[in-house]
Parts: sequence; C-alpha cells; structure tokens
Amino acid sequence: MANMISDETIEYVGILAKLALSEEEKEQARKDMGSMLDYIDKLGELETQGVEPMSHVFPVKNVFREDIVTNGDMREEILKNAPGEKDGMFVVPRTFE
Amino acid sequence: MELLGMTAVELAAAIRKKEVTVLEAAKAVLSQIEEKEDMYHCYVTVDKEGALAQAAAVQKKIDEGFESPLAGVPVAIKDNMCTEGLLTTCSSKILGNFVPTYSSEAVLNLKRAGAVILGKTNMDEFAMGSTTETSAFGATKNPWNTKHVPGGSSGGSAAAVAAKECFYALGSDTGGSIRQPASFCGVVGLKPTYGTVSRYGLIAYGSSLDQIGPLCKDVTDCATIMEVISSYDPKDSTSVKRADTDFTSALKDDVKGMRIGLPKDYFGQGLDPEVKSAVQKAAKVLKEKGALVEEFDLGLLEYAIPTYYTIASAEASSNLERFDGIKYGYRTESYEGLHNMYKKSRSEGFGPEVKRRIMLGSFVLSSGYYDAYYLKALKAKALIKKAFDEAFARYDVILGPVAPTTAPGLGESLSDPIKMYLGDIYTISINLAGLPGLSMPCGLDTRGLPIGLQLIGDCFQEKKLIQTAYAYEKVRGPFGGREEKVHGKAI
Repeated sequence: MANMISDETIEYVGILAKLALSEEEKEQARKDMGSMLDYIDKLGELETQGVEPMSHVFPVKNVFREDIVTNGDMREEILKNAPGEKDGMFVVPRTFE
Repeated sequence: MELLGMTAVELAAAIRKKEVTVLEAAKAVLSQIEEKEDMYHCYVTVDKEGALAQAAAVQKKIDEGFESPLAGVPVAIKDNMCTEGLLTTCSSKILGNFVPTYSSEAVLNLKRAGAVILGKTNMDEFAMGSTTETSAFGATKNPWNTKHVPGGSSGGSAAAVAAKECFYALGSDTGGSIRQPASFCGVVGLKPTYGTVSRYGLIAYGSSLDQIGPLCKDVTDCATIMEVISSYDPKDSTSVKRADTDFTSALKDDVKGMRIGLPKDYFGQGLDPEVKSAVQKAAKVLKEKGALVEEFDLGLLEYAIPTYYTIASAEASSNLERFDGIKYGYRTESYEGLHNMYKKSRSEGFGPEVKRRIMLGSFVLSSGYYDAYYLKALKAKALIKKAFDEAFARYDVILGPVAPTTAPGLGESLSDPIKMYLGDIYTISINLAGLPGLSMPCGLDTRGLPIGLQLIGDCFQEKKLIQTAYAYEKVRGPFGGREEKVHGKAI
C-alpha cells in the first residue's frame, strides 16, 4: 500500500469528522482510507496544468432572493423532533461554567 | 387489464374514464404491499391510512373536474425526501425518528398533480451504496430473484415498481442511484439534467451531484412524471429555469438521423459479455430504425471513479455535519459534555459506509491535502465535462451499458468497497458533468436477471433520450415479466 495512514492522521480525521472510533474501527478506517487514497492517486496521472477547477457545471453566479418569511410558526412541531426539549427550547449539555 | 399491471399513465386514464376509482387502485396496491413486503422489503414506512385518506380526497377532486395526467395514481417516495408528517429516515439510525415539518418540492409537485403517496422506500443509508444493503433497516431483495440485490441506492424504489408495490416511484441519483437499480430491477429510470428537479427537501449527500428523478414501468410514464416533477424553485439556488419541460412531446417513434455514439471504453474490459451483447443488440435496433450509430473514443473513464469519490465524500462530510443529536435525530444516552455528545451520537447513529465516506471527505478537505486531492478532483471534473462537450458536438445521444454486470447476489459487494465502487463506472461521470441519463431494460441474462441500457444526453437534452428510448421500446415490446416471469406466468 502506497498510502500509509498514521495513527495521528486517523486521530486528526476523527476530530474533523466528529466521530469517536473504537480501536477496531480505527484499524479498519486506516486500511480503507489507505486503499481509497491509493486509488484516488490515479488522478495524479492527469495533466491539469492551467485547468480551472470546476465546482459547478453551469456558469451560475450568486443567486439572490428577497429575504421574506413564507413559513409559519412551527415551533411545537419542530421541537417534537428534538432529543431533548424543555420550556420550548432545545436541551444541550452545559457548554460553559 | 389487470389493475396492478397498468402503467401510471394507463391507470390515470382508467380513473378518468371511471373504469376504476382512486380508492380501488390504492387498496389494490396496498394489499399487494401487504402480501409481498415480507419477501422484498421495499419500504421503510407504509402509510396505509394516509394513502386511503389521500385517495378519497383525490377522487373527490377528480369528480369535481380536476385533471392531471397522473391524478389518483399511487406513488412511492425514496426515504431521503422530506414528507410532512411522515417519518423520513434516509435508512439511517440517526434519523430513525425524524418526522419532517415540510415536504420536498418534488413531493409537493406530485401532490399538486393529485398523486397518492403510499410510503417511503428503503435505500442505502444516506444514499451511500450500490446495493441497498447499507440500510439500517435491512436489505431490499430483487423481485426478479430474491437472492440478488435490487441495486442502489434507490433500491427500494426500483424494487417496489418491479414488484408492483407502487405504480411508479421517485428516487435520487448522485452517482447512478436511479439508473443502476432501475437496470437491476428491469424498470425505466431517469436522472435529469442537474437543476431540473428541485433539491429542496432532499436530504443532501453530494449537493453538486444529487438529482431527483422517476423510476417507472415505461418511457411514456417517465416523460409524464418528468413533466410533473420538473420545476424552477427559488428555494433551491441551483434550480434552473427551463421552458422545455414538455417531455411528453418527445414520445415519437422516430430516430431517423439521430446521431448515436458508442464510447469504446464503455464496452471494454470488465463488462460482462451478456450485458455487452444485449446493449450492442439495442444499438443495432436503433441503427436499423435509421439512427446513425458509430463507435468513438470518449476517454478519461478510469478517472471518473476517483474524481467522484473525492468530490462526493468531501460534500458528504460537510452535509452530514448537521447530524449532531441536538435539534432532531438520534442522541446517545450517556455523554460527558457537548463534544463527546456529538461524537458519540454520530458514531452510534451512522453506519460503516457513511462513516467511511465522512472520514475520507474530511481528509481530502483538510489543510495540507485540499490541493492534492479535492482541488485536483475539481480539475479532473472540468476535463471530464470537456470530453462530454466534445462528444456532444458530434452526437445527440451516447449509448452504453448502465452497469458492468447484472444484479450481484446479496452479501457479495460490501466486503470490498473499491470493487463496489467500480460497479458505478458507467454512471458516475454523468453526475460529474451534470448530464441527463436514462436507464431502461434491454434483455435478460441467462440467470433471468434484467440487463440495462443507458442513454446519455447533453445538458437539457432529455427529449432526445426520451425519443430514442421510446423508439427502442416500440421494437423491444413490453418488458413485462416483472414478478410474473419469475413464477413462470406470462404477463
């Protein structure tokens, strides 16, 4: 395998991805990412000097519309989906003392 | 004609002529679901009561003079499109209890046209997969042979159409997720030009690639459904204003002078010989009908998959950040502090394939690797688009297979991700270039599994695909079978 993924990289990617992986999952992730990156490295063969990166297939610029509220108050329905709710608000763990 | 065997357009006509009521149609399909679901598992949620209530309401509207080409026809919706008041899970544990407060624009367009929504179909978790086996709620089986996968990620939608558990369905296609299951299940599927169907309310996977489209029984249904679901939507900033959405006007049995190109690399190594021969036979049929058919070099095929997985994973890692266990969805039971809660909720809520792509996406976007991977992929995408532009200067339609093989057996694909990704080789560059692609059945292999033909058009040229497909369908004849064939009965 050309791409050796270090423990540090897996830790770092875990932080970026907001995932807590078990040791077993980390080992699997290292293997999977290594083989995917080996495969993706094929793109290195392509001559892309002077090629503009294409994020959108059509030449669209910023699309604006008036900022007008069109939906009604759905607070109760929306809160029904919340895993934690109290007094009409989302419950979250304490984030500061 | 047997009710469940009707196409969507045929059923709508029968309802208009009062030969059948909407309620009769809904009841017939609901009892089919009841009878077959244990075997195929096409649905995550069946909304029996809701469907019966909608059926009564739509019948009343029709009796009062409401007209629409699909009024009263029961439809199934892939479970990644929000449906107000109806569970929408993306086949993921993390959205296992999510009930949207609004409906996606494509679903609203159907409702305005008098559709009866039956329920939500099974899929690969967050549309990541090619077999519908990554669903957190169990795999869907292929109605042609239950030992095989239906394809994915819109496998539940394709299987539901094939099993007559609906008259048509909506799916979404990010790298082949409509076309490939359509091919494996012997139905028609269309991935429209990017921006044609609003993505509002479609739970995002790869936003620059995602597009909603129909899965249905024939080309006439396909064009009719497209007319209903296509719309300009200010709520989707990538929505395109199109005046040419009269897709049914292209239902013409005429391909004289149609320039059809067969990319040589679509018929090369890795393509199953039976698939190859069926697709070449279809090309021959079109040639005999007066199309100008020739082979050409498209190129860059081997770069499509690495480009796609870099871009799609990058977008997925960003899109799926929102699932954090705060406002909706799954939250872990015990945690220490906010960040631990995020991490644990996500790790317990997402399945392995989703985690794999989020990890890869986070990596290719991370500082130090962004230029080498993500930016490189965006440049490769520009080159792929250019190759198609050059091809469409010479051809109206590109013709090839949908997938290298027919449906693999259950459990054969997930162990080797790269091998599974290679199955998408003929479908994914179409998403990268924003093009429309149509998949339709063109034969059966020796095991009795459907083979799919893919027609690819330039941006906004769905009509050429529909016209070509319609002309081919006329010669091929009805591709019935569906379930009956399996049990040895003629349709």
